[in-house]
Amino acid sequence: FFVFFTEEERRVRANDREYNEKFQYASNCIMTSKYNIITFLPVNLFEQFQEVANTYFLFLLILQLIPQISSLSWFTTIVPLVLVLSITAVKDATDDYFRHKSDNQVNNRQSQVLIGGILQKEKWMNVRVGDIIKLENNQFVAADLLLLSSSEPHSLCYIETAELDGETNMKVRQSLSVTSELGDPNNLAQFDGEVVCEPPNNKLDRFCGTLYWKDCKYPLSNQNMLLRGCVLRNTESCYGLVIFAGPDTKLMQNSGRTKFKRTSIDRLMNTLVLWIFGFLVCMGVILAIGNAVWEKEVGALFQSFLPWDPPVDNFLFSAFLSFWSYVIILNTVVPISLYVSVEVIRLGHSYFINWDRRMFCSRSNTAAEARTTTLNEELGQVEYIFSDKTGTLTQNIMTFNKCSINGRAYGEVMDILGAQQKRVQPLDFTAWNPLADRDFCFYDQSLLEAVMVGEPAVHEFLRVLSLCHTVMSEEKREGVLVYKAQSPDEGALVTAARNFGFVFRSRTPGTVTTHELGKAVTYTLLAILDFNNIRKRMSVIVRNPEGRIRLYCKGADTVLFERLHSCNHELMNITSDHLNEYAGDGLRTLALAYRDLSEEQWEAWAERFRGADKATDCRDDRLAAVYEEIEQDMMLLGATAVEDKLQDGVPETIAILSLANIKIWVLTGDKQETAVNIGYSCKMLTDDMTEIFIVNGHTVQSVREELRKSRERMLESARTRDGGKEAPPSSLLESISGEFALIISGHSLAHALEADMEREFLETACACRAVICCRVTPLQKALVVELVKRHKKAVTLAIGDGANDVSMIKTAHIGVGISGQEGIQAVLASDYSFSQFRFLQRLLLVHGRWSYLRMCRFLCYFFYKNFAFTMVHFWFGFFCGFSAQTVYDQYFITLYNIVYTSLPVLAMGIFDQDVPEQRSLEYPKLYEPGQLNLLFNKREFFICIAQGIYTSVVLFFIPYGVLSHATQSNGVPLADYQTFAVTTATALVIVVSVQIALDTGYWTAINHFFIWGSLGTYFTILFAMHSSILFNIFPKQFHFLGSAHNTLGQPVVWLTIALATVISIAPVLAFRFLKLDLKPQLSDTVRNTQLVLQKKRKPGGRVGRGSRRSGYAFAHQEGFGELITSGKNMRLSSMALATFASRHSSSWIDTLRRKKHANSTGAQNTPPTGEDSAASSQTPPLSTSSSAAGKAGQACNEPVLTHSPDDIALSVIRCPEREVGECSTGTVQVNIHLKTSSSTNCILWG
Amino acid sequence: MGKKQAGTGPLSRRPDNSAFKQQRLPAWSPSLTPQTVLPTFYILSLVCLLLGIWLLITVEYTYELKVDYTDAGTCEQCFNLRKHAIDSSTPCKCTVSFHVPKTFPRVSFQHDVVRLSARCLPQGDVFFYYGLRNFHQNLRRYMDSRDDAQMVGRKNNLKAPSSYCAPFDYDANGKPIAPCGAVANSMFNDSLTVMYNPTDGSKIQVPLYRKGIAWYTDKNVKFRNPPTNNTFSLQQAFEGTTRPLYWQRPVYELDDTDSNNNGFINDDLIVWMREAAFPNFKKLYGVLNRAQGPFTEGLPAGNYTLSINYNFPVEPFRGRKELVISMVTWFGGQNYFLPIAYLVTSGLILVTAVVLTTVFVKVGKKGKNMEE
Repeated sequence: FFVFFTEEERRVRANDREYNEKFQYASNCIMTSKYNIITFLPVNLFEQFQEVANTYFLFLLILQLIPQISSLSWFTTIVPLVLVLSITAVKDATDDYFRHKSDNQVNNRQSQVLIGGILQKEKWMNVRVGDIIKLENNQFVAADLLLLSSSEPHSLCYIETAELDGETNMKVRQSLSVTSELGDPNNLAQFDGEVVCEPPNNKLDRFCGTLYWKDCKYPLSNQNMLLRGCVLRNTESCYGLVIFAGPDTKLMQNSGRTKFKRTSIDRLMNTLVLWIFGFLVCMGVILAIGNAVWEKEVGALFQSFLPWDPPVDNFLFSAFLSFWSYVIILNTVVPISLYVSVEVIRLGHSYFINWDRRMFCSRSNTAAEARTTTLNEELGQVEYIFSDKTGTLTQNIMTFNKCSINGRAYGEVMDILGAQQKRVQPLDFTAWNPLADRDFCFYDQSLLEAVMVGEPAVHEFLRVLSLCHTVMSEEKREGVLVYKAQSPDEGALVTAARNFGFVFRSRTPGTVTTHELGKAVTYTLLAILDFNNIRKRMSVIVRNPEGRIRLYCKGADTVLFERLHSCNHELMNITSDHLNEYAGDGLRTLALAYRDLSEEQWEAWAERFRGADKATDCRDDRLAAVYEEIEQDMMLLGATAVEDKLQDGVPETIAILSLANIKIWVLTGDKQETAVNIGYSCKMLTDDMTEIFIVNGHTVQSVREELRKSRERMLESARTRDGGKEAPPSSLLESISGEFALIISGHSLAHALEADMEREFLETACACRAVICCRVTPLQKALVVELVKRHKKAVTLAIGDGANDVSMIKTAHIGVGISGQEGIQAVLASDYSFSQFRFLQRLLLVHGRWSYLRMCRFLCYFFYKNFAFTMVHFWFGFFCGFSAQTVYDQYFITLYNIVYTSLPVLAMGIFDQDVPEQRSLEYPKLYEPGQLNLLFNKREFFICIAQGIYTSVVLFFIPYGVLSHATQSNGVPLADYQTFAVTTATALVIVVSVQIALDTGYWTAINHFFIWGSLGTYFTILFAMHSSILFNIFPKQFHFLGSAHNTLGQPVVWLTIALATVISIAPVLAFRFLKLDLKPQLSDTVRNTQLVLQKKRKPGGRVGRGSRRSGYAFAHQEGFGELITSGKNMRLSSMALATFASRHSSSWIDTLRRKKHANSTGAQNTPPTGEDSAASSQTPPLSTSSSAAGKAGQACNEPVLTHSPDDIALSVIRCPEREVGECSTGTVQVNIHLKTSSSTNCILWG
Repeated sequence: MGKKQAGTGPLSRRPDNSAFKQQRLPAWSPSLTPQTVLPTFYILSLVCLLLGIWLLITVEYTYELKVDYTDAGTCEQCFNLRKHAIDSSTPCKCTVSFHVPKTFPRVSFQHDVVRLSARCLPQGDVFFYYGLRNFHQNLRRYMDSRDDAQMVGRKNNLKAPSSYCAPFDYDANGKPIAPCGAVANSMFNDSLTVMYNPTDGSKIQVPLYRKGIAWYTDKNVKFRNPPTNNTFSLQQAFEGTTRPLYWQRPVYELDDTDSNNNGFINDDLIVWMREAAFPNFKKLYGVLNRAQGPFTEGLPAGNYTLSINYNFPVEPFRGRKELVISMVTWFGGQNYFLPIAYLVTSGLILVTAVVLTTVFVKVGKKGKNMEE
């Protein structure tokens, strides 16, 4: 359903700016920045003062300006406040500057707009809704366009949507046939059609609208749209009408709001600051009451010596003022330097991430980058990771890795880590095979030898690979073949055959030409028994030049093995073993077989097939039955293993992360089979899992039912394991320790995410060890993350590489972008970026863990030291008539947090390590305290506070006890205020220094320097401040003249300080020791246990037997066979094209038929034998896909829509050879899309 | 963040392999082990014990005597007289008798230490203090109510006292007060004379040094008189100012006997201006002059009479006044708090140490963990 915005429908008239301006549609100018020069200061200040702390300090500052209240000089607050505000402002300004820059860059891209019949260069930002713009190859689409015409046959147009939805396949778009005739600018300038369509929305896969032109209306669908963010490929040029521009485009609608991310510690800190504020008010009230009582009882009598300030006329008013005075004095419990220090520490941690060589990828020359500096400690608390698949877990590269031919296994897998020292040189094919693909790597010499020797099974095996597929080839120059495969799997297989001498060269609808060991061979293609999800296999029936008819089949082994001839039993067992081995390695496997057919068998079957094909009812079932008949008694040839190349170290990383109790969810736009396969190969799913639930329902009821069933199954298994004990209530689902996995598809997810079911879904999903969501849209990704974030109160991390991950990255607490790939949108939206998934373990387990630890230790100490510092004033209040007299010199108060105690704790917060980094990776359990939030929480906070208050008591009462009676050794009393101030301050500095020394677990030279340096600085500044030089200049300001000298020269003072230190520290030491002794943490044990004999845990471990997964099923789409036999994908002759383009047919079958005829007359380039041509004209190659099958298959892709079979566009995408990574197979991709446009049910009639 | 150098080559952006950037700085990682913690506790306990004992012995050598003369002896009438501000100018004298049970001896074995640390102190180590109770010199507004710039003798500040001194900055006629402020205004102005009454019936005045009782820095840096010379007397320097409200004499006539002890550098003023941290305090009044008579060896035991020029009113704020006679060691005057605190601490630490040891031996898990 639609969420209607204020705009209920959009009307756009082409080439009519005046008309369109009425509606005030957004222009194509995008703005992601927050400020401009004028608004910067007010807006930024407003934002900053939304922080509780900043407002609080502003309030304090105002209080300090009132003379009756001011108990501290104003500079004690304003200096740090201004410092903080300006640092933040500069940072915000820089960030925004870069956003401006990137906006500008995008807005100023050039595009060609048709204005007044002439193509003019225009900046993107000046493009309006209703303009017609021309796009050229490899250009970004500037706005959401309605494709009007293109330079390609049938007005097809190929786009890459990687930036948009992350799918690297190319997609095809086709214009309406009426508009496709408007080829040149002159015609287009006359075009005045009006589009009425849906308002802007974020659904990438649907578009409903109608084009009104020349009194006709034409339904529009997503098939006609080019969305902003796509890149035009393989299309010389095309024209489009701007429908949505700028912020209305689907890309921008999908990008989600940029939210300011805060860490949980930030939030906790804000809560604590509020609490402390409450505490402050309590203290203030207590002291104000004290003041009232004192002024009434004593102060009133003391008035002859000290009359009340003029505005004060009674003790109550005095108490009121005293309250505010104390609020000022005690404000140092939350010094503003807290916020600055936290930022500094995070910045330091960010730099450590940037500097980490072990997160540097030399292949792409990218180092890890902390793009946000404020989230580091949250990296130590992650509980859920949401990962994209393609480009994140995998490299999206398929390699033909191993094969088993006639019971013999070939191929040796390269060590995926590249750690294998004795690396065999890849075979050199080019020497004997000029058509070989240079990028193909294979290491096993024996297969090549077998080919050379001419082993028939091997030859037949490779022949299957070279014939049984739907790959298209293009030979740009003689001998330079470019394959366009629908799925990378297929490309890999055909390329493998090519390198071993069975080169697939070209095809026509009725023939396949190969180059077998240097000899050109043309096979007659009799039939393609196409792939679909149920069959899980594909066959071709070919007649070789000798006239023998053979059926070649490849498919999932489970399916294929059932259809083998009984004599294959032994071979099947051996192959099966090999397949298990491959599956255990996470490879995608396929079994290959053939069957010889006699002419009679073929004729009989072809007859039945034609009957089935012509059937109108149950065509699918009948076709399937016919296929079934012929795919019997096959002879097994062997099996292939293709590796969907994972990124380096993915299984290890996932294993370590799950040992660290982090749950990993894979959210992918890919097909279910692919996603599951990847789940296996990266060890998220294993065969020892108790059960894997697949939720695939299309209706609310079915999804609910499936979820319910899986929960029941979980409970059941828990019950059986517990030996029939009472089943835990469903709320305890999470406590079930069974190994479950959940796989849910996008359309089910849409239901599961609805408000009434999300809890149910979450409960089920969270009880599983692994969750895979496939076929999800970018928005769904974000919704899933949001769901977990909202209900689980857990820290989430999203990792992805494509624009389709942006919303998820922005939604999660932490977003990680994989850099070094094509798109940078994910990186731009991310908080951290690096180029390899495996760096995640280091980011979390080392950097995150340390950051969290350091931040927690920092905060504990920080609150401690400030309570110790501030609460002394509280105790003093009882002796100074609650008059808000400070204990310390005001300079000490100003400098205490900034100078005397800041650096040691910063050094600890930046450099501290409890265990070495290797240990954090060896013991992933060390990560747990972060997830459970053990190191800094409300309890820890109270402990720190209590410790601080205890210290303040000691620091006040010990000097009080000693000094109130003491005299110097020359008889002068020590009980004067200045001596007391200096003694207490010195004791305080020493106590907190000892405490930081105790807290510091990792004493680098810097720590030493800062700790000793701080003490030194304290004494230096103390003596300087109390020197006669400063006094002589500013007698009023530096009236502590001589105090340091007089005080610190007294042994009794030092004895007091020593005593205070001992009394403050000894209990802490004792408690720490007891805790260590009675309840040692894992980190303590690791730290203390020097000789860890525990062997390094092997993450995951290879599973001996794997369930086999057919790679074929994963990346394939059905319908390709039909496309080939129909010939539409062949480059058509211009004549054929002319006849074709002028017509618009409502029946796709008719279209195909017509095309076939056009092709058979037009394609004369491969002179067929008379018999062949007769065969192709009389018995056209059997097209095997049916519309009904198409419907079933498509329903998975576009669940919401019902399909009409009208507009099925079949197309092949030509694709330039891509640059692929080192040593890849040079995958050639051909993407074929069979898209059902779905317009009938959403056309706006009128 | 993370500026990228525009370098070339495949590894141009590789971070430096420095120990700092890779967080591999050599470091010392101490941890709390029983081998370090337990001995620390025992040693601490021992050190505190020894210190406590030593301090206790030292303190035992010192004596202190307090004579509360607020309303004792004949001072009761003065006490009552000073209740009312009207009578503040009426002089009132009274005497209080007290007994010194023990001689305040010279602490000979620490003589050198005393001499060393008392540079400006004349010979003699019996100290006379006046003590005040319940007098709050530590109130915020009281403490602020002074002008250090004025007291350092700056001409400008002399005639223009700081606003902090209000309401003791200008008198009713608008004349600036010198020294201004509540602190100076409330200066203790009793004068005390102690007479020794030996058994023979005679009366010998106990000679006191009344100078050199303030911090060196106060006397010589912090408090300065406005510049004077031979022709320009101190009185002239203070021309245009008036004495504080409660004072009987102007600041340049504080000491009749010694003209060098007048103005802002008057020792009594300086001592008073060094505000006490707590409401009960004592301030040095004088030091026994042991030059002659029975006082060479200290203050002999016997009967004494304290005669007071009773000026300072304490009744309004329910305060008490006392004379404190004390002697000092290297450690200062009599002060039992510190030695006792040390002894108590020592005991507590010992108890803790024993508990920790027990826990470690009996229930501690660490031992087992270590063995694994």
